[in-house]
Amino acid sequence: MIGLSHYLTVSAALFVLGVLGIFLNRKNVIIILMSLELMLLAVNINLVAFSSFLHQVHGQIFAMFVLTVAAGEAAIGLAILVIYFRGRGTIASDQADLLKG
Amino acid sequence: MIQTLVFLPLLMAAIAGLGGRVIGATAAKAITTGGLFVSAALAWTIFIGFWLNDAAAYTAPVLDWIESGDLKVAWALKVDTLTAVMLVVVTSVSALVHLYSWGYMEEDPDQSRFFAYLSLFTFAMLMLVTADNLVQMFFGWEGVGLASYLLIGFWYTKPSANAAAIKAFVVNRVGDFGFSLGIFATFMVFGTVSIDAILAAVPGQAGATFSFLGARVDVMTTLCLLLFVGAMGKSAQLGLHTWLPDAMEGPTPVSALIHAATMVTAGVFMVCRLSPMFEASPTAQAVVCVIGACTALFAATVGMVQNDIKRVIAYSTCSQLGYMFFAAGAGAYGAAMFHLFTHAFFKALLFLGAGSVIHAMHHEQDMRFYGGLRKHIPITCLMMTIGTLALTGFFFTAGYYSKDAILEATFASGTAHGLFAFVVGATVALLTSFYSWRLVFLTFFGQPRWAASEHIQHAVHNAHHGRGDHGHAHDDGTAGYHPHESPLSMLIPLVVLGAGALFAGIIWHGAFVEAETGAAFWRGSLAFDTHLMHALHDVPAWVVWTPSVAFFAGLGLAWHAYVNKPSIPVWWRNEVPGLYDFLLRKWYFDELYNAIFVKPALWFGRIFWTRGDQQTIDRFGPNGAAEVVVAGAATLRRFQSGYLYSYALVMLVGLAAAAAWMMR
Amino acid sequence: MAVFAFYLFAGLLLTGGVMVISSKNPVHSVLWLIVCFFNAAGLFILLGAEFLAMLLVIVYVGAVAVLFLFVVMMLDIDFATLRRGALKYLPLGLGVAGLIMVEMLLAVGTWEAGTGVAMMPDLGSPPPGMSNTQWIGSQLYTRYLFVFQAAGLLLLVAMLGAIVLTHRRRVGQKKQDIAAQVARTPAGTVRGVAVGSGQGVEL
Repeated sequence: MIGLSHYLTVSAALFVLGVLGIFLNRKNVIIILMSLELMLLAVNINLVAFSSFLHQVHGQIFAMFVLTVAAGEAAIGLAILVIYFRGRGTIASDQADLLKG
Repeated sequence: MIQTLVFLPLLMAAIAGLGGRVIGATAAKAITTGGLFVSAALAWTIFIGFWLNDAAAYTAPVLDWIESGDLKVAWALKVDTLTAVMLVVVTSVSALVHLYSWGYMEEDPDQSRFFAYLSLFTFAMLMLVTADNLVQMFFGWEGVGLASYLLIGFWYTKPSANAAAIKAFVVNRVGDFGFSLGIFATFMVFGTVSIDAILAAVPGQAGATFSFLGARVDVMTTLCLLLFVGAMGKSAQLGLHTWLPDAMEGPTPVSALIHAATMVTAGVFMVCRLSPMFEASPTAQAVVCVIGACTALFAATVGMVQNDIKRVIAYSTCSQLGYMFFAAGAGAYGAAMFHLFTHAFFKALLFLGAGSVIHAMHHEQDMRFYGGLRKHIPITCLMMTIGTLALTGFFFTAGYYSKDAILEATFASGTAHGLFAFVVGATVALLTSFYSWRLVFLTFFGQPRWAASEHIQHAVHNAHHGRGDHGHAHDDGTAGYHPHESPLSMLIPLVVLGAGALFAGIIWHGAFVEAETGAAFWRGSLAFDTHLMHALHDVPAWVVWTPSVAFFAGLGLAWHAYVNKPSIPVWWRNEVPGLYDFLLRKWYFDELYNAIFVKPALWFGRIFWTRGDQQTIDRFGPNGAAEVVVAGAATLRRFQSGYLYSYALVMLVGLAAAAAWMMR
Repeated sequence: MAVFAFYLFAGLLLTGGVMVISSKNPVHSVLWLIVCFFNAAGLFILLGAEFLAMLLVIVYVGAVAVLFLFVVMMLDIDFATLRRGALKYLPLGLGVAGLIMVEMLLAVGTWEAGTGVAMMPDLGSPPPGMSNTQWIGSQLYTRYLFVFQAAGLLLLVAMLGAIVLTHRRRVGQKKQDIAAQVARTPAGTVRGVAVGSGQGVEL
């Protein structure tokens, strides 16, 4: 039987993949944004799984809001990326070290 | 009355010193000099009371100071015969020096400071001589040392003056260290620092011993020797004498006041004041006597070859102090004080006279550039001759009586060190006569030699520029410069001191030195040995005539070498260049001390500075802390790479760690 | 049946995730992301949250992923330079990722509902006969009204932000300057000139 722990494992694995994606793609900012989406998706799965297994609606409602925020954040993130690209001509982020201490 | 006497100079010094700029130089000079003359009048009143009117000794309390357990120290002014003698000496000479400085320091821009320092010095010296206890005496001791430093270094823009002032202070400090140890030891032994109490308790401690490093050491000897170390420093005895010649960097009135009449005699005063203690320790007396004699000899030999007029007189002072000490060491404290008294007059006279000569010669001090001055400055010449007669002990001058008393007393004491002192003293009398008359002949007789002097050429140059007459050809050695006599303010003190130098001996030798009158005069203020004073008159005739023979021999030698055949000194110098250099370089004491003490001290200091302070304390302290912070910041800075992904990485690592911590 | 569906969806989801992060071509990454979203929607349906599943498809795939695609296509990206140096950090990355994974599984494995947490049935379980959508709606517009409105505001702000950030001033464009128009006075605009006949006017 598919229990809660299966869903939670899937969610965990997806989250970890998102984390890995951030590390490994130093140069490609778009991949970083997409890894963020993966992480948010993992969290959503977690929330909905709990909502389902506890017979509560709150998880789903919360997942909706996460979705909203993720959409907004993706929009803004891409807008920033566009400007970044306009300014530099490339999306490689290993040149972006103006905050270097 | 005694409080007014002592504190008036302090008050005047404060007003002149702090308010000199406000009230102006003339007012400052007037109040300080006036104050000193008032004090001098009071001092003579007190002295006459003790001399003629049988006044009783008393102590005038001023203020309570320290009360801590067994230690009770109060400010109090003790007045007895010894004090009265010193009061007269100090205030009279100080008042005359103040008056003299009106003329001598006329062109100096800092006159109010000078007069304030002079009065401050006088106050400290008065505290010293009226001290009721050893701690107050030490206060005065240190005060005169401070004033000496300030006055030697008066022209502080001259590096040599600064160096001399520091040298004086540091060498004095060494002596003061011994003195302090003496005071501590005295307190330990006697349980009090009050002089009266100590002197009363001395007989009980005579012969007591204590254990030091396994040997038994006599208590009174130790105390007296420690206290004598202080006297050695202050009175420039052999070993701690190196500061006195260099102290001539100060203005001449300072030399007259401090380094002839008053400060340097503080050591003699202290030994006489504590004479009962010294009487309880024959070893200490022998040490004092021998050191005094050696100092006298050393200073006389060096004084023979000096070319600076002030330095000759300085070595003369050192030598005469040696006389006073070996008299004290032989047990003749009265004779020592008498010589102190007369010496103040004629030595101050000589210094002030030298100042007059220097003033006339436009600040030229090298005697090789003098010559034939008696035609130009006759009064000064006369006064200096009087002073020299007194110093060398011509019949019936003051110095004759005191010097004879000392030599007879040392011979009559019968001790081995007394005899040694007598022989040395007689030799030194000969040398003293020689160099004193050498000074007079070089300065006042012969042909003018000052054309080559830089100071004179400077003066002539300025004068010619002022007057505009050029082309004066002079081949008589004068270069057109004519010295003029000093102003009245400088001559009056000379005359007064001259009178003292001539007549002080006749008037007072009975009171100071004769057996019965002396005992009545001193009245227990110092240890007066009537037996010894009686024995003075029983010495063989040749002993009595020795000083006079020495006088004539020295005079004759000097006249022959400096007036008759002036080529003799040059010939001597070429014959024995080693001896000449040895004497000229003051027996190489300065070089010796430089090698033994100064260089190692500097080396130590440098080691402590570079290794200790810089490399250890600074390295582990402020500099080290700063460097650690900088290094730490440099390390931490590497985390701030500016790259988003490394920030994200650090965040995630932190998250993982936090989660691991939560799940422990 | 459900088990098979679960494993199918889960496997495709994870595969898609791996391909997203390891694809050389960003366009491929976006497409694999879309695959992930679809399979997640499938998982949602299995869990009974069909409203949310549809929402995922419409909003995430239809809007966000397309947005990604737009941007990737629009930017002229030099792919070749982008791939160098990624492998240097692989061990560290795998290490940290593995650690997080292990922690999460540990947390999952030992989780129990806390004692005393009352599962409020009137909030929780759906009233009989109500669909999932109705259930969500019943709670969203009553209890969570404020959050709902705030989410709307958030989206408004995001929209404004995106516009403001990427807005470009065009040169030489004629636009209205309302403030200047309103502030215009006759004194600065109209000039009365007395013109003689046949003379004409200087402008």
